[in-house]
Amino acid sequence: MKNNWWKALAAVLLLYTAVAGLLVPVPRLAILNETIRNLYFHVPMWFGMTFILIASVIYSVRYLRNPSTELDIRSHEAARTGILMGVVGLATGSIWAKYTWGTWWTNDPKLNGAAIAMLIYGAYLVLRSSFTDEQQRARISAIYNIFAFATAMPLFYILPRLTDSLHPGAGGNPAFAKYDLDDNMRLVFYPAVIGWTLLAFWLAQVASRIALLKQKVYEKQLA
Amino acid sequence: MKNSLPKLRAALLLLAALLLPVLHATAQAAADSPEMADTLRQNGKIYVVVAVITVVLAGLLAFLVSLDRKVGRLERELKDQ
Repeated sequence: MKNNWWKALAAVLLLYTAVAGLLVPVPRLAILNETIRNLYFHVPMWFGMTFILIASVIYSVRYLRNPSTELDIRSHEAARTGILMGVVGLATGSIWAKYTWGTWWTNDPKLNGAAIAMLIYGAYLVLRSSFTDEQQRARISAIYNIFAFATAMPLFYILPRLTDSLHPGAGGNPAFAKYDLDDNMRLVFYPAVIGWTLLAFWLAQVASRIALLKQKVYEKQLA
Repeated sequence: MKNSLPKLRAALLLLAALLLPVLHATAQAAADSPEMADTLRQNGKIYVVVAVITVVLAGLLAFLVSLDRKVGRLERELKDQ
């Protein structure tokens, strides 16, 4: 229990986000109206995804330096959780776009960049499932994971800023400047980011432990 | 008694100084600004939504906690063998 304080923190922060996210006053802006509250749910998906993918890359690098099944499993499950959060981020963004920009999808550099980055990570899953040899699978997917991260991050955060974009935080728009001026929103947004990020780590941890158990059971059966 | 009056007045002025900006902010909210879900807040139905979301989230988190503990039990079992 001593090592699980962060899970309790995740639960508290998420419940706080749900309550405060709906009740705390927000700036009254045209077009956005109440949908500005999506900031507490849509944006933390991408924050959580970024942090969990960083963790995944760290595990991959550690695997390549010092191979072990555990590091491979942890890297894989972290990447899977990151992909889940990215897909949820794309879906929520699409809904938000429909009711503010008037379309489910538009050829915006930020949107297309995120979609391509998710496809690159989708290829990681395909690549991984195409090996039968465990060591080969672990090594090549670790290498690909590093490549995927190095390609995806510029697509998320750098390239969209170089051109015009509708999306806040792209096309020269400083990330949240318009909303962040409001202290009420900050009071909910930062806890939301921490809460959703911790939830991602929690999910990845449980998934890794199950995969590790499965691995141990296999080893026992073979022995 | 006579001495407490100025103190009371000072306290009231301080209270007014603290409260008036808040009242001003709430009064400003209504007229000619972008449309928000004000009715939902006024009649208190927003709390129904908050309650439902909280219950759903709490249920999912409780499930995750129990899953976490089950995995922990399995880990201990496998270690003991």
